[in-house]
Amino acid sequence: MRYEAPQDVEAAVRILAAEQGAYVLAGGTDLLVKLRSEMVEPEVVVDIKRIAGMKAITAEDGGWRIGAAVSGAEMGEHAGLVADWPGVVEAAGLIGSTQVQGRATLTGNLCNASPAADSVPAMVAAGAVARVVGPQGTRDVDVIDIPKGPGKTTLAAGEFIASVFLPARGARSGDAYLRFIPRTEMDIAVVGCGISLSLDAEGRVTAARVALGAVGPKVILVEAAAAAIKRRVLDEATLSDLAEACSAAATPIEDKRGTVDFRRHVAGVLARRAAVIAEARAKGEKA
Amino acid sequence: MSRIHVTTKINGDETEFLCDAEATLLDVLRDELGLTGTKEGCGTGDCGACSVTVDGRLVCSCLMLGAEAEGREIATIEGMAAGEVLHPLQQKFIEMAALQCGICTPGILVAAKSLLERNPDPSEEEVRYWLAGNLCRCTGYDKIIRAVMETAADMRRAS
Amino acid sequence: MALDDTKKVKDFKVVGTRPNRPDGIDKVTGRARFGADMVAPGMLTGRILRSPHAHARILRIDTSKAEALPGVKAVVTRADFGDVPDHVADVIDNCMAGDKALYDGHAVAAIAATSAAVARKALKLIEVEYEVLPHVTDVDAAMRPGAPVLHEGAQQETVPEGYSGNVISRVEFGHGDIEAGLAKADRVVERTYRTGATHQGYIEPHACLATMSADGQGDLWVCTQGHYMVRNVCAAILGLEQGQLRVTASEIGGGFGGKTVVFLEPVALMLAKKSGRPVKMVMSRSEVLRATGPTASTSIDVRIGMKKDGRITAAFAELRYQGGAYPGSPVDMGSMSAFAPYDLENVKTVGWDVVTNRPKAAAYRAPGAPMAAFAVESAIDELAKGFGLDPLAVRLMNGAKEGTRASYGPTYPAIGLMATLEAAHTHPHWTAPLGENQGRGVACGFWFNFGGDTCVSLNVTPDGTVTVSEGNPDIGGSRASMTMMAAEELGIPYDQVRTIIADTGSLGQNEVTDGSRVTFAVGLATIEAARAAKREMCRRAAMIWGIDEEAVEWEDGAARPAGPNAGKFPPMTIKEIAAVASNTGGPIAGHHEVTAEGAGVSFGTHMVDVEVDPDTGATKILRYTVFQDAGRAVHPAYVEGQFQGGAVQGIGWALNEEYIYGEDGILQNAGFLDYRIPVASDLPMIDTVILEIPNPGHPYGVRGVGETPIVPPLAAVANAVSAAAGVRMTQLPMSPPRVLAAIQAAKG
Repeated sequence: MRYEAPQDVEAAVRILAAEQGAYVLAGGTDLLVKLRSEMVEPEVVVDIKRIAGMKAITAEDGGWRIGAAVSGAEMGEHAGLVADWPGVVEAAGLIGSTQVQGRATLTGNLCNASPAADSVPAMVAAGAVARVVGPQGTRDVDVIDIPKGPGKTTLAAGEFIASVFLPARGARSGDAYLRFIPRTEMDIAVVGCGISLSLDAEGRVTAARVALGAVGPKVILVEAAAAAIKRRVLDEATLSDLAEACSAAATPIEDKRGTVDFRRHVAGVLARRAAVIAEARAKGEKA
Repeated sequence: MSRIHVTTKINGDETEFLCDAEATLLDVLRDELGLTGTKEGCGTGDCGACSVTVDGRLVCSCLMLGAEAEGREIATIEGMAAGEVLHPLQQKFIEMAALQCGICTPGILVAAKSLLERNPDPSEEEVRYWLAGNLCRCTGYDKIIRAVMETAADMRRAS
Repeated sequence: MALDDTKKVKDFKVVGTRPNRPDGIDKVTGRARFGADMVAPGMLTGRILRSPHAHARILRIDTSKAEALPGVKAVVTRADFGDVPDHVADVIDNCMAGDKALYDGHAVAAIAATSAAVARKALKLIEVEYEVLPHVTDVDAAMRPGAPVLHEGAQQETVPEGYSGNVISRVEFGHGDIEAGLAKADRVVERTYRTGATHQGYIEPHACLATMSADGQGDLWVCTQGHYMVRNVCAAILGLEQGQLRVTASEIGGGFGGKTVVFLEPVALMLAKKSGRPVKMVMSRSEVLRATGPTASTSIDVRIGMKKDGRITAAFAELRYQGGAYPGSPVDMGSMSAFAPYDLENVKTVGWDVVTNRPKAAAYRAPGAPMAAFAVESAIDELAKGFGLDPLAVRLMNGAKEGTRASYGPTYPAIGLMATLEAAHTHPHWTAPLGENQGRGVACGFWFNFGGDTCVSLNVTPDGTVTVSEGNPDIGGSRASMTMMAAEELGIPYDQVRTIIADTGSLGQNEVTDGSRVTFAVGLATIEAARAAKREMCRRAAMIWGIDEEAVEWEDGAARPAGPNAGKFPPMTIKEIAAVASNTGGPIAGHHEVTAEGAGVSFGTHMVDVEVDPDTGATKILRYTVFQDAGRAVHPAYVEGQFQGGAVQGIGWALNEEYIYGEDGILQNAGFLDYRIPVASDLPMIDTVILEIPNPGHPYGVRGVGETPIVPPLAAVANAVSAAAGVRMTQLPMSPPRVLAAIQAAKG
């Protein structure tokens, strides 16, 4: 294995395109685990942290562009980002320990393509867009279209994600992400749910995106859940409909972390709880 | 396969080493530099025994390549005491029996120091969540949490 | 050695205080050397190839390609060990598979190479041809006739006809007439309980560094709970004389029973022998989980009858423990301990030792007892609550006391169960209010405690300070305790004594650090060694003063004339006597070698509050209090630490920890990510109440305290969760999916 730390995107793309067994290294919190277990045996590892902009959080079009090497801890320390997209920041902040937070990135969590990735449902709910760079130039791709299935992405050879863009946060809007884990920390999500919504002056939902993690081979954007709460206030009846729509949309498997029935049920429970938090944030309440 | 030459600063000292591309920072610290105070409990970032700081940021040294250390400043448990003078956390851990076997202790001390540098007055809940990535199997955490809280209080009084 | 009645609590000057531990600075600065921290010149890296199958016949192993790889210095398979004595036959088979691989992760070959990278590459070049066999990992499935059998012909005569060959042995304990007792009951609870296999979860993986010379002399540096055991077992396996193999114990990063057996050590020695170079071996975490010694998983039937006033009329339990791929699950101790806290007229337990395609179980803190206590204490809780009785009052009514004939045979001397129950009953925790979805549970636990072979050598240096050499690795502060007992006995300050863990060349045989024996047995030997040194120092003073030895006594660190008739001499301190030792007969020492008896059983009662989320089945521990008899708490902070650590391991066992095997017999969760031990944010503070009912078998009254704390929590947490969730939980771990399913099933 070789280690390369290119100084610019072009050089990185060149190396990645030239070699079959080339892997991108940003935070490394997934890659190093795979290296150790010999799940992957790269020819070359391309460390992108020395490329300008990779460690930056930049205001853009009222939203935020987050460089591919920005760690969860750095996101949590960025007041503007936290104010606009607390759900996404919290989701990223749930990945691993304090130590892992010092390195793990949003982009890495996305490209690792685990169905249980915490930040992905939050990003999908937020309508985040990934900026992909590669031999053919730059393209913007909706985050939901990046994962293809467990461990697989739609990125072509030589491509990598340079940044993720979170759009402008509208007025009376809020997001939230909740996951279920058996302990209080250090676990992989058994179920995850991200919700982003906007309210009108009366508190009715005008726009919503609801995404589920760990209940299918990739993140699920639950249109029916969004439809169930649109033009309604989040009262008990609405929340029940939301929960039901999420449970119905979940297509989980049974594995060491949870049963099918458990995951389906908890998808609804989390959606209901996350919606309440997102609503409070949209109303400007502390949550 | 040629080894990679890395120049870095460890516990304030300019340090050069050679490492394979695959070598983690933990491998380098322990096997190349003889800094065995940093422990390996899992090698997958799940136990925190290998905690160090890199440019002031708490990380698991098992989840970082040695090659990435180029130009960085690394702090390990070996740099925590100033000569004969223990860091207040080290002293408190001994006094309050916050260690039993001691294998997790270096990682917990490095992590706790990092917390107190950011938050001199953490709540019990904040200490518990900050240290959630540092597994201890002997103590049930009780005396560790108390020692961190008491050290923080002492350090606040002293400053 | 009997309790020294003249030594009242108020007389202790050092025992009962909380001094800093002698290894403290080394451990907070990173200087302490654990198993993997040692190096030797010319050292090689050893690695093990492991079976990817749960059960397979090994048809052929071809190591030629690996041997040809540059940098490979030795390859070892089972063939290198040849025939070994019977008593270590299973041991070597577990360290290196023979005809069959018996579990996922079973070692089949090993390599020593000049680097880890070469060793890794070499492992892939070893060709193993397997014939995959049907496997079984569940205890009940393994007992059924027709189950795949691991060892033909291993079944003992205690097993009646009709059982699978995996059922190795049957044990039975008790007295009275169960059926007659049950007939007198107002209600009988009959239930089956199940517990998952858990791992000790020590944070330090196994590691050792071996050298082996052509003349049969070997040296081994190893993290272990018993380096004398390592010496004896490795010597037997390798055909060495015990005296030729010197084993040094490193600092040990946790063991909890899991480091009382060998895994790497004989292999490392063989690699060192074949290569002629030092070989270091360190396990990965996944190797630790796949191929060391987790505990047994169990299936237990309980039948208990109770009168409506709470009196237990009869108690029966049938316990089935799978102990992995070789005989020797802790079902015997489970069967003996199940009803040990109770004074019962009619009691019987039957235990079955079963083998499965899992790694061989090693000891885990009170081996066998927590699962039995889970079953029994759950049933008693259910009965008490069914009659609307206070579960602590029911235990006070039926609890064992001095003179009770224990269910496993002996009659108890002074014991502390009642004291723990009374302390629990009057503690504010017992009457604190509970909120919605919250529940409180209590449970009792028992452990035997052990003594065993022990040697201590105490030397007085020329400047009058003292060194104590003992042979048991310090796993949680025992050097501090030994130092304290030596200082107490000699009447000198704590900082005038230094205790070290000696290698196997320096002392006689020492039992491993197990059975909560160290503070008791090594403490006892330390006190006796100090007494021997005191006698010698009195003799020297008598010689100097020209009076009879009997006319000199030792008090407050000095020899003094025993009374006015002995003569008027100013006291001679230990320093003064030591300074002239060369003129009075030579260096001064005391030593004591003993097979320690009278360990003194230990009881505890735990109380826990939990909250269960009815929508997810998740359990949060809100409050926890441990009440336990310590006999005499030598260093109370480390006694509390044992209580707290044991309770939390029990909480993990109760809620989330378990070995998960797939249909293919492969371990699904061989890492700390999915083998979920409690993290700091899962827990509240763990409150402790130390009771001191002196052990009549120790001069200071010390009882072992290390193991009992893991016995009650499984049941205490289960009783609390059952109360909070409104449904009786009978299977561990009570993981959220399991609790939610139970809640939903109860709702209908």
